Amino acid sequence: MNPVPYDKDFAQKLLFDMLRIRRMEEKCAELYGAQKIRGFLHLYIGEEACAAGALHALAPEDNIVATYREHGHALLRGVTMNAIMAEMFGKQSGCSRGRGGSMHLFDAATRFYGGNAIVGGGLPLAAGFGLADKLQKRQAVTAVFFGEGAMAEGAFHESMNLAALWRLPVLFCCENNLYAMGTALARSEAQTDLCAKAASYAVPTLKTDGMDVVAVHEAAKLAVAHVRDGLGPFFLELQTYRFRAHSMFDPELYRDKTEVEEWKTRGPLHTFSARLKAEGKLTEEEFLALDARANAEVQAAVDFAEAAEWEPAEDLLRDVVTPA
Amino acid sequence: MKMSYREAVRQAMHEALVADPRVFLMGEDVGKYGGAYACSKGFLEEFGPERIRDAPLSELGFVGAGIGAALGGLRPIVEVMTVNFSLLALDQIVNTAAALRHMSGGQFSVPLVLRMATGAGRQLAAQHSHSLENWYAHIPGIKVLAPATIIDARGMLGPALADPDPVVIFEHAQLYNMEGDLPDDWRCDIATAAVRREGTDVSLITYGGSLPKVLAAAEQLAAEGIAAEVIDLRVLRPLDSETIAASLRRTHKAVVVDEGWKSGSLAAEVMARIVEQCFFELDAPVARVCSEEVPIPYAKHMEEAALPQVPKIVASVKQVTGK
Ligand SMILES: Cc1ncc(C[n+]2csc(CCOP(=O)(O)OP(=O)(O)O)c2C)c(N)n1
Ligand SMILES: [Mg+2]
Repeated sequence: MNPVPYDKDFAQKLLFDMLRIRRMEEKCAELYGAQKIRGFLHLYIGEEACAAGALHALAPEDNIVATYREHGHALLRGVTMNAIMAEMFGKQSGCSRGRGGSMHLFDAATRFYGGNAIVGGGLPLAAGFGLADKLQKRQAVTAVFFGEGAMAEGAFHESMNLAALWRLPVLFCCENNLYAMGTALARSEAQTDLCAKAASYAVPTLKTDGMDVVAVHEAAKLAVAHVRDGLGPFFLELQTYRFRAHSMFDPELYRDKTEVEEWKTRGPLHTFSARLKAEGKLTEEEFLALDARANAEVQAAVDFAEAAEWEPAEDLLRDVVTPA
Repeated sequence: MKMSYREAVRQAMHEALVADPRVFLMGEDVGKYGGAYACSKGFLEEFGPERIRDAPLSELGFVGAGIGAALGGLRPIVEVMTVNFSLLALDQIVNTAAALRHMSGGQFSVPLVLRMATGAGRQLAAQHSHSLENWYAHIPGIKVLAPATIIDARGMLGPALADPDPVVIFEHAQLYNMEGDLPDDWRCDIATAAVRREGTDVSLITYGGSLPKVLAAAEQLAAEGIAAEVIDLRVLRPLDSETIAASLRRTHKAVVVDEGWKSGSLAAEVMARIVEQCFFELDAPVARVCSEEVPIPYAKHMEEAALPQVPKIVASVKQVTGK
């Protein structure tokens, strides 16, 4: 394996961000058991390198559109863990005022546009952001994250074609974790080479190891540069795996325990930290310190969410339409 | 025999698959996953992948394919995971399934059964909590069913499959775990509304996931001396106006309970029919309890505030009856 091409600070930053997602979500799972978090909860555990590698390639003026499996993207985009946790608790100080929950994190300040729980629902939106930026001559990129399952939806195909046809600045980030709920890729797609599908829209593509934060980041930088230069959309396939159930309930009848265990050996956190240690860019003490910081941030977020106010029920009808 | 609503749905599909080789089940995660609501658990092993067909995330495609397969001589049961996702297939349902017979001058009927979960109440927020039964009930050319009891969950599928035209079946997600008794004689029609509780003071008219709430409200009202009759619409299109009118002739007052949003709701249609057909029977204005006009919020107390609840139903009845 090539040496990590980043200085110690940035390398540790990537690791720390993945740790923050991991520790936050482990806590979420626990809080779900305690019924503090309700509804659906789709964990990203195992896939953290995708968000970390990709989001660090983007700039503040860029737009992010994500799915219901978006806690990590929101966090790394700069939505505070407090606001995310409060949202999952359904509290008023949550990033969507407690109205959205886990699947609908939104944050205008960081240009984080959700949080869409309709599979494929964010894709046309991304084309629209691209159109707005292009017509208003802004150099921004819109990054849209979606699962491989979404590529069977018409919304994917229509959006790809629009983006390509109009040369829109959209970065399509497919997080291919091989399953759409219980349906394996090969059981839902005749063409399992996702880049081949995307390429049929005359869009450049790149397939990359989504378990390796360096690979993701390098690919994302290249893709972002292409899009920002006005060369039109780009399709990035991040090959990854979710370690947990699709949502919180899931008997996992559709995949082998051994398959899950095999993928876990490629887990993005331990492989990257081992690599950094081997290269002298991380000591065990530093790792423990980062982990402790991540855990402290999580604990503070939980305390914040616990203490936060419930929205008064009399406010039920607010925010349906824009006040005059 | 005691069983859950989910088990009743499962048995109904099982019976159909055994009885008729033209019947097959198609939808997202119906096979290997066993159904998003576990209604087809074990089917893939028993009937094989030809007849228990996992579909990709392509709602427009596989619903449309169901229509084509029905035209081609099969009897598809197409499961759309929830009504929320059926919006992606709405074009095929409205512009093809519902219209085909008429626009072909009566040449082609579409014997398709579409099943989907519906409703709120599980803190799934705005995109996963729709109650859009009324949208479907608006469309000529399809039948719309809302089984709210174990018997209906077990009994409605057979006649739906036997129906020559498209039938949409709404299963409220809150009902799947409901337990009840399935009597030996569970066969039922898909034409009439049912009186679930007799009463003389007021008619409570509802369907689907609101039925348990309305029955609970009726129980509470009985304790306070108000005898409410409970009508379960069962069939949302075509509406059984006669059962409603007959009830109004007994009670002269009505409250309609509907999880849909108030404006343009099914409740509005029921009220309009009452006014058209029973105006001179009425002793009080007809009232309704619907969902508040807001996308369904995530937080538990806000979601509860948005939906019809027993206390709101009781309060509405008291206002209508003046008791
Ligand atoms: C239009 C639509 N159909 C079905 C669903 C139910 N559903 C939610 S997530 C999911 C699987 C999506 O898989 P994929 O796109 O690969 O994303 P992943 O969950 O693997 O991240 C399904 C079927 C939905 N939310 N929206
Ligand atoms: Mg997937």
